[in-house]
Amino acid sequence: MLDANLRKEIIMEHYLNPLNRQTIEDKNYIKVNTNSETCIDNIDLYVLFDKDTIKDIYFNGEACAISTSATSIMIKLLKGKTIKEAKELIDEYYKMIKGEEHNEELLEEACCYEDIYKQENRIGCATIPWRGLMKALDEYENRK
Amino acid sequence: MNREDFPMMKSGYIYLDNGATTWKPQVVIDKINDYYTKFTANAHRGDYDISLKVDNEYENARDIVKEFINAKTRQEIVFTSGTTDSLNLIVEGFFKDNIEALDEIIIAESEHASNVLPWFRLAKSCGAVVKFCPLDENHYVTLSNLKKVITPRTKVISLAMITNVIGDLRPIKEICEYAHQHNIFVVVDGAQSVAHIKTDVQDLDCDFLAFSGHKMCGPTGIGVLYGKYELLDDIEPKNLGGGMNESFDNIDEVYLKPLPTRLEAGTPNIAGAIGLGAAIEYLQTIGMDKITAYEQELRRYLIRKLEEIPHIKIINIESDSGIVAFNVDGIFAQDVAVYLNKYKVCVRAGNHCAKILKNEVGVKNSVRVSIYFYNTTQELDKLVELLKDKNKILNEML
Ligand SMILES: Cc1ncc(COP(=O)(O)O)c(C=O)c1O
Repeated sequence: MLDANLRKEIIMEHYLNPLNRQTIEDKNYIKVNTNSETCIDNIDLYVLFDKDTIKDIYFNGEACAISTSATSIMIKLLKGKTIKEAKELIDEYYKMIKGEEHNEELLEEACCYEDIYKQENRIGCATIPWRGLMKALDEYENRK
Repeated sequence: MNREDFPMMKSGYIYLDNGATTWKPQVVIDKINDYYTKFTANAHRGDYDISLKVDNEYENARDIVKEFINAKTRQEIVFTSGTTDSLNLIVEGFFKDNIEALDEIIIAESEHASNVLPWFRLAKSCGAVVKFCPLDENHYVTLSNLKKVITPRTKVISLAMITNVIGDLRPIKEICEYAHQHNIFVVVDGAQSVAHIKTDVQDLDCDFLAFSGHKMCGPTGIGVLYGKYELLDDIEPKNLGGGMNESFDNIDEVYLKPLPTRLEAGTPNIAGAIGLGAAIEYLQTIGMDKITAYEQELRRYLIRKLEEIPHIKIINIESDSGIVAFNVDGIFAQDVAVYLNKYKVCVRAGNHCAKILKNEVGVKNSVRVSIYFYNTTQELDKLVELLKDKNKILNEML
């Protein structure tokens, strides 16, 4: 388990300086919107697939510290991964969100939300980008 | 004022989300409890003592509402489940039959979803047009701006008396006067106003008024639809059933009761209605004018304090209600709310169900503080103290 201060540092760093935050017009990217009923976050993801790989991802939108950082971290983690690897990461991430045993090595920085299950009002925020990614995966697989 | 009347005060929360719902005083809780512990029976079935008592209490609540908003007759007061229910009943029950293709409905971008979506649906179904009144530089609705969108096809203007995002008070009386000269109906959403300012429907001369009990110290699940008698009488009940029919022998011989019972099919929310009656009596003992003045004083106090904080941007410096919307520079509204929650301060973050207002104000989300008479300057001091240090917010918001 990451030290509490380190967890906080990772979140704040990705919140204040999120990576890959940009609106993409390129139609080869699959655009999905992801938001939550319980909060006001609203994020667009732009995902570029190449055969079985996630080649590129960007995001844009207005969202709180948790969902902004979670999006930035997710993108960093997933870029270049195969779809199979991505699905495995989704599973591990959701295990962590529920407070269950999970593979810390695979999740890397995303482990900064290890404690989030204790804050009920933040769980939705931490899963927003991942729900968006699942939507994009569905869309890509339906297209094929 | 009157903090000792509210059991929730013992919870230790600083409750500044009164626009969403208010706390309930002991007298209201007692009244509801009495119904469930001392005289539980159905209404309109007065064959025995406690049932008669229920009838009397329920109808007495109607009289209390009638007096409170100064309706002409008690038949003009219909109990509903809340503002949303009332507005939907007005749109679906009355305007559906009184609006046709190309007729125009005027609302404003700062309306609550419940005063937008029913109109959208109606317009879509019959080919009518929903127009928005342009707002002035303070995001206010003015009569002169309304006149710019009124045309001979305008059938109805539907506005909140006070909006839930920026808390501006609309000049409803002037609007009604002008509208009626041009045969236009006026619907008033009183959800944010009836609890805070004196409401006189005859003086306003509005055609319909909708409001909720839970925003005025009353229970949830009860609200009021006021309508001028001859208009209400024109409403097609959306629910048919027990209590509201006079007799029915076959499909061609169904006779309905007169107002207001005709619009209250089924067993009503008895505890809710009498609880609302108790809430109104409670508010009246304090005095609506006193409540308004005190809330204004608190609001001015808060604005003065917030203006001293450089990283706070107030969205509605001017406003006639207890609503203050603001943002902390560079921090998402929800993060501010989560941070305040750690100190048991309850505020609301979001777009406050007025999703289309963002086009107008240019800010999608904000932190909303909504004051009621039981709040104090000490509570506001605590809020301001917590907001003063931006680094503290950044440090503790996760
Ligand atoms: C202006 C306004 N209209 C309508 C409503 C809806 O009220 P209710 O949810 O009680 O039906 C609200 C409540 O938030 C409101 O603020």
